[in-house]
Amino acid sequence: MLKDVTLGQYFPGSSFIHRLDPRSKLLFTVIYIAALFIAKSWISYCIILAVFLAMVIVAKIPASALVSGLKPIAFLIVLTAILNLLYQREGRVLASFWIITITDQGLIRAGYMILRIMLLIMGTLMLTYTTTPLAITDGMEKLLSPLKRIRFPVHELSMMMSIALRFIPTLIEETDKIMNAQKARGADFETGRLTQRAKALLPLLIPLFVSAFRRADELATAMESRCYNGGDGRTRMSVLKMSGADLGFLAFSAFMLATIIFLAVRFGI
Amino acid sequence: MPTIETRLLTHVYSPATVFKNTAIENINIKIASGSSVGIIGHTGSGKTTFVQHLNGLLCPSSGQVFLDGEDINASKASRRDARFKVGLVFQYPEYQLFEETVYRDIAFGPHNMKLSKAEIDERVHEAARFVGLSESLFDLSPLELSGGQKRRVAIAGVIAMRPGALVLDEPTAGLDPKGCEELMRNIEAYRHETGATVIFVSHSMELVARYTSRLIVFDSGRVVMDGTPEEVFSRSEALRAIGLDVPAATAIAGKLRELGLDVPENCYTLSGLKHAICALRKGGAPC
Ligand SMILES: Nc1ncnc2c1ncn2[C@@H]1O[C@H](COP(=O)(O)OP(=O)(O)OP(=O)(O)O)[C@@H](O)[C@H]1O
Ligand SMILES: [Mg+2]
Repeated sequence: MLKDVTLGQYFPGSSFIHRLDPRSKLLFTVIYIAALFIAKSWISYCIILAVFLAMVIVAKIPASALVSGLKPIAFLIVLTAILNLLYQREGRVLASFWIITITDQGLIRAGYMILRIMLLIMGTLMLTYTTTPLAITDGMEKLLSPLKRIRFPVHELSMMMSIALRFIPTLIEETDKIMNAQKARGADFETGRLTQRAKALLPLLIPLFVSAFRRADELATAMESRCYNGGDGRTRMSVLKMSGADLGFLAFSAFMLATIIFLAVRFGI
Repeated sequence: MPTIETRLLTHVYSPATVFKNTAIENINIKIASGSSVGIIGHTGSGKTTFVQHLNGLLCPSSGQVFLDGEDINASKASRRDARFKVGLVFQYPEYQLFEETVYRDIAFGPHNMKLSKAEIDERVHEAARFVGLSESLFDLSPLELSGGQKRRVAIAGVIAMRPGALVLDEPTAGLDPKGCEELMRNIEAYRHETGATVIFVSHSMELVARYTSRLIVFDSGRVVMDGTPEEVFSRSEALRAIGLDVPAATAIAGKLRELGLDVPENCYTLSGLKHAICALRKGGAPC
């Protein structure tokens, strides 16, 4: 049940998108988000949608995975749509009762808003679906490395991130296991009043913390015994390398962004 | 004491996703009350998945589990009931101790059964005796114990519920030979005294063969053999094909039988083999 968390779920594959350097996928995600916020008209949205769909098809990510990724924010999407619908007073009035007025402009705006949020979430999901968490942190470290000049702890940050990402599934698994072991002895997490259920969670947290601390301790020992002492002079087994495909991909995304900016600035659409 | 029966039991992990994985498929098994059954199989063959259905922890994707003829997944209440009738000891249970003291950890199950204080106290002491746990440890934190002691506390925690069936998933993994031996003897004593059904999952052929009268062999989520240890071990080729092996002593005894010597078939341990060979010498002269 806890396994259903989609956070950082990677879909193994060897498509063109999977093989891209994580840095180019990260940069693409930034460009993609920027494009979504600049886009003003349906033409721009169509361009972004086409690019997104092309990526989904190339990477062979099942549509069901993208839809299930939207579930946690379904409420937010609906709320945004309703607010946009109600607060838009301009345009031709389609329906009106009590203090509620729905205009055609409002309808269009709500539609754009839904599309924008959905594309935003699904686009970023594409990054985590096609890139392993470790590759993402690696790429992030490389991209942020200029910040080292101003003494920003880039390496430490990415190391923390990769450790956290590495242990999220482990902790979830562990929680499941401990919950099962307690259920086997009659603990009841499913029925009863909320206060009772909350109380049943307490004995769950204790072994979880104990094992998290134990793991942290073991990990620290393991890292020290392999002479880890920070990022200085550390080399990598798999060095990130930008290939021609990456450059082409980035050039393409820059072109997409340029088109959308051009449309927005020149024609206001 | 419950009779356990499964009918066409199938479990699929993460159905309707790319990670879909059929862990067990169409398992039909009937386990008589009071018997002692061993479940063996290669890593990932579905043993744990199977036993977690017996007390309703996992819900079947299809098929049923019956306790005394009643479907345990009929309702939430019947599933919870099954938890108390079928005590399940997990793989590496020592990582799941959580109470402040050993005593309170063993009392967790009886406490959930809403028993009286006196009754709980009695059961804790009894359970500790069954697993050979000294009462001087009762006030310690479980974290202060050794690995073997922790394992005993975890098993006592399940025994304290006095389940009619005791299911142990790899109870001896990670214990030294002496610890294994003691633990198995304790469990055997529990079975004799209470008449409980005991099912245990193990990788160790010798152990299963010595303490059970029936072996169920799993391979890739299916039951491929089911019979007495003699019957199962007589098919050593088939066992090897699915990544298992007969105990070394049994293999040697088999070879001796092929040479025409009168060695019994139920020879699973080196000491058993030694006795058999000694008996072969005329008059049973001491070796
Ligand atoms: N929680 C889970 N989610 C998804 N798949 C699982 C889960 N638990 C087990 N599996 C899969 O189900 C199959 C059977 O696993 P199971 O744990 O029942 O095997 P096992 O026989 O107990 O193995 P072992 O001897 O290693 O304990 C394996 O392929 C495993 O990968
Ligand atoms: Mg197992």
